[in-house]
Amino acid sequence: MLMSDAKKTPFYEKHVALKGKIVDYSGWLLPVQFSGGLVEEVHDTRKNATIFDVSHMGEVSVEGGDAEEFLQKILVNDISRLKDNAIMYSPVCYPDGGVVDDILVYRITGENYFLVVNAANTEKDYAWFRENVIGDVRLQNLSAGYAQIALQGPNSEAILQQLTDLPLSEMKNYHFEPAVKVSGVDCLVSRTGYTGEDGFEIYCNNDGAVALWDAVWEAGREHGLKPAGLGARDVLRLEAAMPLYGHELSTDITPLQARLDRFVALDKTIDFNGREALLKQKNEGMDRMLYGLEMLERGVPREGYPVNFEGKEIGWVSSGSYSPTLDKFIAMAFLDPEAADRAEEVELMIRTRSYRAKITKLPFYRRKK
Amino acid sequence: MKYNIIDGVRYTKKHEWARQEGNTAVVGLSDYAQDKLGEIVFVELPDVGAEVEAGKGSAVIESVKAVADLYAPADGTVTEINEELLDQPEVINSDPYGEGWVYKIELKDESQMNELMDKPAYEKFVIEEDEE
Repeated sequence: MLMSDAKKTPFYEKHVALKGKIVDYSGWLLPVQFSGGLVEEVHDTRKNATIFDVSHMGEVSVEGGDAEEFLQKILVNDISRLKDNAIMYSPVCYPDGGVVDDILVYRITGENYFLVVNAANTEKDYAWFRENVIGDVRLQNLSAGYAQIALQGPNSEAILQQLTDLPLSEMKNYHFEPAVKVSGVDCLVSRTGYTGEDGFEIYCNNDGAVALWDAVWEAGREHGLKPAGLGARDVLRLEAAMPLYGHELSTDITPLQARLDRFVALDKTIDFNGREALLKQKNEGMDRMLYGLEMLERGVPREGYPVNFEGKEIGWVSSGSYSPTLDKFIAMAFLDPEAADRAEEVELMIRTRSYRAKITKLPFYRRKK
Repeated sequence: MKYNIIDGVRYTKKHEWARQEGNTAVVGLSDYAQDKLGEIVFVELPDVGAEVEAGKGSAVIESVKAVADLYAPADGTVTEINEELLDQPEVINSDPYGEGWVYKIELKDESQMNELMDKPAYEKFVIEEDEE
C-alpha cells in the first residue's frame, strides 16, 4: 500500500486497471510507467499515439480589464501580440531573474486568460500572482476542479477527430478552442504538448473526466493508442530539449541561462519582473549556460553529475537519460560557456570514473513536419 | 506468482540470486529485481580478482529511471565477469537466471550460502515485499 496523503486524479482507477506502476509525484498518485515499459511508451508516442494523465497540472484564470497589463508585468514574454484562441509559453521571473515557474498562457479574450502551471508550483505561483495583482484583475485557482489528458503522437488528430465536430486540421500548433464537445463532454482543447510530437491537451471538469478518457481510449483502439506514464513523458521532453522546472529552470537559473531568449521580451514596452536583472545578465554574460551532451561511451548521465574539461569542473548535468528514439545516452547540462565553446569533448563524472561525452546541438530530436 | 522464481539457486533479501557450483557461485539479479528496475541500459562490473563482501555493493545496474547496487550474496573473490552485459545489459531483463548472470566468485566460506533463502522462502518474501 502506498502510505501517503497524495491525491488521486479522476483517472486513478484507469491507471490501476491498466497495471500502471503508481508513484507519488508532487503530491499526486500517478503512473510512472505501464506494463509495456518506458522505452516502448516513448516509441509508441513517436510512432502512433499515447495518452497521458496530466491532471496534476495547475490551472489559474485571470479575468478583468487589467488582465493584460497584469500578465505583462509578471511574464517575461510579450503577450500583447497574443490573439484570441492562441497560446504563449513564458517563464515567470522574480525581480532577480530567477524563475518562479514556466507556464502556458491561453488567451480566451483580452480580458480572460487561462494559465497552466506546473503541479509542484501551483500554490507558490498563485501566491506570487496575488502578490503582484493590480487594478481590475480577478484570479481564480481552478486546479482542483480540472482534469487533463495529453494525447500525443502522429495519430492524435485522427483519434480525437472521431470525437468532435471541431475541424482539428484547422487548429494550428499553440492554438486552442475554449468550449468544445468531445464525445459530449465539455472541454477546452489545445494543440500543445510536452513530447516534441504533434498532439492535443484536453481539459475538462473532474465529473466529465472518466467519460472523456473512455471515449479517447475507444477511439484510439484502431490507431495504436497506448497509455504512457511520467517516465516516458520526462524522456520525451528531454529528447525534445524542453525545459523542466527544477532542472533547467529554478530560482537559481534564469531563462537566459536556459537559452529561452526567444521567450524573453527584453524590448517589451512595459516594465516586468526580472527585466533589469535579465538585461544586465544579457550584457555582462553568464558563467553557466545550457548545452546538449551525447555520451561517447556507454554510461547513463543523471542529474547532478559533474562535467569536467581540462581537469577542471565546468558544470553539471541538469537532466539525462537513455534516449530510446536515438538509442544514445543524452543529457542537458549547465556549463561554463568559455570552456564549453572550445571543448569538443568533455568528461562526465559517474560515481568513481569519468566518461567521455561530446557537446551537441539542441534539441536532440525534432519531428519531421 | 507473477515473477519467475526458480529452484537450484539461493536468494538474498536484496533480490540477488547465487547458484553454487563447487566452491564457486554464479551471481545475478532475480526476476523480481529486473521487473522492478525496468529496462536495464547499463551495468558497471567489478574487476576480476576484486574482493566482494556479503551485503556490500559489488556491481551497479542501471535502468532508464533508476540506479541500483548489486549486493554480493557472500564473501569471495571475483573469478569471471559477464562482459556481454556491457554491450547488451538488457539480457538481464530477458534472461535473468541464464544469459543475464553478472559475475562469478570463489566463495570464501561456503556455509554463507546456507544463510540465503531457498525458493519457497523467497517466494514468501517477495509476496510480502510486494504488499508494502
